[in-house]
Amino acid sequence: MKAPRFSYVRAQSLDHVLQLLAEHGDEARILAGGQSLIPVLNMRLSQPKLLIDINRIEPLKGISRRDGSVRIGALARHVEVMSSSVVQDSLPLIAEAMPHVAHVAVRNRGTFGGSIALADPSAELPACIVALAARVVVQSTRGRRAIAADEFFLDLYETARKPDELLVEVLIPEQEDDCVSVFMELARRHGDFAIAGLACYARCKDEMVNEARLVYFGSEVKPTLAVHAMAALARKQWTPALSEVVSAALGDDLDPIDNIFGSPATKLHLQRVLTRRALDKAVQRAKLQ
Amino acid sequence: MSLEEELAVIMTVNGERVARSIPVRQHLVDFLRTELGLTGSHIGCEHGMCGACSVRVDGAVVRGCLMLAVQADGCDVLTIEGLTESEEVADLQAKFVERNALQCGYCTPGMLITAAELLKQGKPVSRDGIRAFLSGNYCRCTGYHAIIDAVEETLKARTG
Repeated sequence: MKAPRFSYVRAQSLDHVLQLLAEHGDEARILAGGQSLIPVLNMRLSQPKLLIDINRIEPLKGISRRDGSVRIGALARHVEVMSSSVVQDSLPLIAEAMPHVAHVAVRNRGTFGGSIALADPSAELPACIVALAARVVVQSTRGRRAIAADEFFLDLYETARKPDELLVEVLIPEQEDDCVSVFMELARRHGDFAIAGLACYARCKDEMVNEARLVYFGSEVKPTLAVHAMAALARKQWTPALSEVVSAALGDDLDPIDNIFGSPATKLHLQRVLTRRALDKAVQRAKLQ
Repeated sequence: MSLEEELAVIMTVNGERVARSIPVRQHLVDFLRTELGLTGSHIGCEHGMCGACSVRVDGAVVRGCLMLAVQADGCDVLTIEGLTESEEVADLQAKFVERNALQCGYCTPGMLITAAELLKQGKPVSRDGIRAFLSGNYCRCTGYHAIIDAVEETLKARTG
């Protein structure tokens, strides 16, 4: 369980990182928190030639408000996101998800950008940023571009980031006043990766759901926007009868992976249970607003 | 076969300055155990699941197997040896003994150093909260209840 040989560079500046990526591309890996990369190396599932350590690059750090959005730097550690008052106030969905992101020792090192760039299908944060229609900003020596979150995640561990691009920050619109959010997941052990999970961002007035973004993770190869279930919900009164209709529609959105955590049928069932609970909670929260 | 790549690193370990040339692929807990002889930090799974290798780096508990030793350059590293010597968790250690919160002892250093972070926050936490905080540390002997008991009683004694 020891990592294979690799070269290691402690990057000195953002330009330095981008130069190294331009030069080495796919043969290099970015080392941020290392909480997923190092296990993969220890198990020798990957043998990169070069690790580029970005931990000392200041412009990649920090959490701040910017033009109606919250900017979370790629290097913001989970512990910082979890304790950020900006996140608590403006991104309640992310605040609710954070305690589910790994365990305390992993949150002390793991980074927001790392979780997004890795695109683990069971991870919480990719689903949250799709639900909130965030933008993922990547940069290379060729320039900088922002990618809509629902176009960023392509497949299992596959994203729209090119091998020479570095994920530098994520821009997440602040939660709107007439909206509520709910985050829920099921895992074998608190803090482990989810078997089934849901990030919900909805515009509700009392029991009326005007529109909702439902993003499922854990059961799918990538965070999945449930367009059929969302259409079934829109501009309707949340009732037990509607819950049945939404559950049925969800079958057209999800195609769960079969693995040791459950069969596709089990996972679809769990996602339906979570959907009912999450919308009950959303409506309850809307009434309290 | 290429030569093992090394890097010169300076860090503080349990209050002492350590300067070494370290293979870049060596993780922190291997360095602490094999180079410095600090075998209190244990190696369990080596992929971040079990928590036996937990150490404190710059005041925060981390997985010793998920950080390269060269990344600790300029950092302040504290292991269970240093934590014990400082007597920061002497009360918790006494409670572990009193409540039978260890049997084989393999997970104990990681449990103590993780629980120390909870105790450091200095505010009351429910049993469920303690359980969630320690959820990243596996114990295969005790069934956890005795560990939760020990942490809960220490926390109560400290927060009054």
